[in-house]
Amino acid sequence: MAAKPRVKVPKTASAGDIIKIKTLISHPMESGQRKDGDGNVIPRKIINKFVCDFNGSTVFSADIDPAVASNPYFEFRARVTESGTFKFVWTDDDGTVIETEKNIEVS
Amino acid sequence: MNLERRKMLGSTLGVAVAGLLGGTSIAHAAPEDVAARIKELAGEAEVKSGAITLNSPEIAENGNSVPISVSVESPMTDDDYVESVVILAEGNPLPSVATFNFSPASGEAVASTRMRLAKTQNVVAIAKMSNGAVFSDTREVKVTIGGCGG
Amino acid sequence: MRKLLFTGSLIAAAIVSQASFTAFAAPADDKLVIDEELEMITRAKSVEGHPLPEVISGWHFRTPETRAIESDSFQNPGMLGVEQGEEIWNTVEGTEGKSCASCHDDASVSMKGVGAAYPKWDADSGKPINIELRINKCRVENMGAEAYKFDKGGQKPLTAFIKHQSLGMPVALDLAAGDMQKWWEQGKETYYRRTGQLNLSCASCHEKNQGKYIRADHLSQGNVNGFPTYRLKQNKLISLHNRFRGCIRDTRAEFPAAFSDTLMGLEVYTTWRGTGLSVETPGVRQ
Repeated sequence: MAAKPRVKVPKTASAGDIIKIKTLISHPMESGQRKDGDGNVIPRKIINKFVCDFNGSTVFSADIDPAVASNPYFEFRARVTESGTFKFVWTDDDGTVIETEKNIEVS
Repeated sequence: MNLERRKMLGSTLGVAVAGLLGGTSIAHAAPEDVAARIKELAGEAEVKSGAITLNSPEIAENGNSVPISVSVESPMTDDDYVESVVILAEGNPLPSVATFNFSPASGEAVASTRMRLAKTQNVVAIAKMSNGAVFSDTREVKVTIGGCGG
Repeated sequence: MRKLLFTGSLIAAAIVSQASFTAFAAPADDKLVIDEELEMITRAKSVEGHPLPEVISGWHFRTPETRAIESDSFQNPGMLGVEQGEEIWNTVEGTEGKSCASCHDDASVSMKGVGAAYPKWDADSGKPINIELRINKCRVENMGAEAYKFDKGGQKPLTAFIKHQSLGMPVALDLAAGDMQKWWEQGKETYYRRTGQLNLSCASCHEKNQGKYIRADHLSQGNVNGFPTYRLKQNKLISLHNRFRGCIRDTRAEFPAAFSDTLMGLEVYTTWRGTGLSVETPGVRQ
């Protein structure tokens, strides 16, 4: 199943608010530590990087190792001072990049 | 010993025996590996407690998905903020779990994720501040073995 | 190794049959409210004929962390499956050029209540039919698509999506329809029949010892109102018949095929035992 992201960002906020952001992406996070039935190591395939930008600058990012559980979940905060767009980017070991965006209205 | 067989053993033998058998074949990071990583991260700085809080369950119902969160006290201004928090696990095959990179725009240095724990062990969180200070917090998480092979 | 295994099984049999159910712990005194909005019925007075005075959702037997994941529909990873099911609902498949939505439109209207009322009597086959098999019937008869094999293709996500439309609604089966009563009785027999090398019935754990610990596991009443449920062990949605088979396998017995008459009877009976509990699909368990 292809990775599919979910993100939760408030639609509106007041300038200076610290908002809560939640992200969840469907991914098996194959650790590279497991063996198949024939004893061969199943190759590692994980989401190794997650980045959240707001209006072009990075707010939060995570470097991810195989010990993060499948369907990686991240929750973090952001201080918003203006309306704009959050961009979320997940990078897979195989180079695949998954992106999604959310707008927020700041008054 | 194939996987099915091990699963069967795990499901039928008692906790102690299953732990013994399951534990022998997998390499685990040692507390020393984690200590070495912390030293490398801290450099010249002294690693202090306080400022950072690691939250994790005392008992994890399943080691495949253990919720953890960190929060670090900081004004999160351009001059004074938390640069990163590194999560390490003493008893996993590899000590590294994740590194959270913050910025002043984070507002608060708070983050959560869900991690894998191979067995009962200490989880360590190390915060690196923009002024070079380093703080750490450690929590033990007990990982249970389910009733019927699970 | 074989010898060790054999000895191990004897030890385990002895432990399980005598002394390993330990220390009763009351189910957590907590309320399941999804997204701080939808209050779920997780404890209900048992329906007439039920051996226990109160039916309790498995949610109460889990740790605070596991309970918290289910109470937040965003954090609940089972919702990834539900969303995938919604895509399948709207996807055209088969020779007739139809999707589920072509006939059933908005699932939140047309499928509301379905998850609380299945399995239902199916006069065509002269058997009870569950949501998985109802989907297959629709695919073959109306869409000109192939039936999903057990746990394959879109079966789990689509079943989860359909059941999720009844989130919060109390389980209520119609046992008066057709021969449902007969299947209920057959399911009851299966529930109480000891099986496997460990000589356990469903009731050994989920009725007589519910609330106690089997090793580190807090034994629930085995209610099925959260299926397909997200299990942290496998980190994916697990179907009810997969769980039945897993449970029976752990008694070290031969396990029946998914959707076999034995397991369909057991689905009717165990669903009935949870009468009055809210549909939780997708539940979150250890």
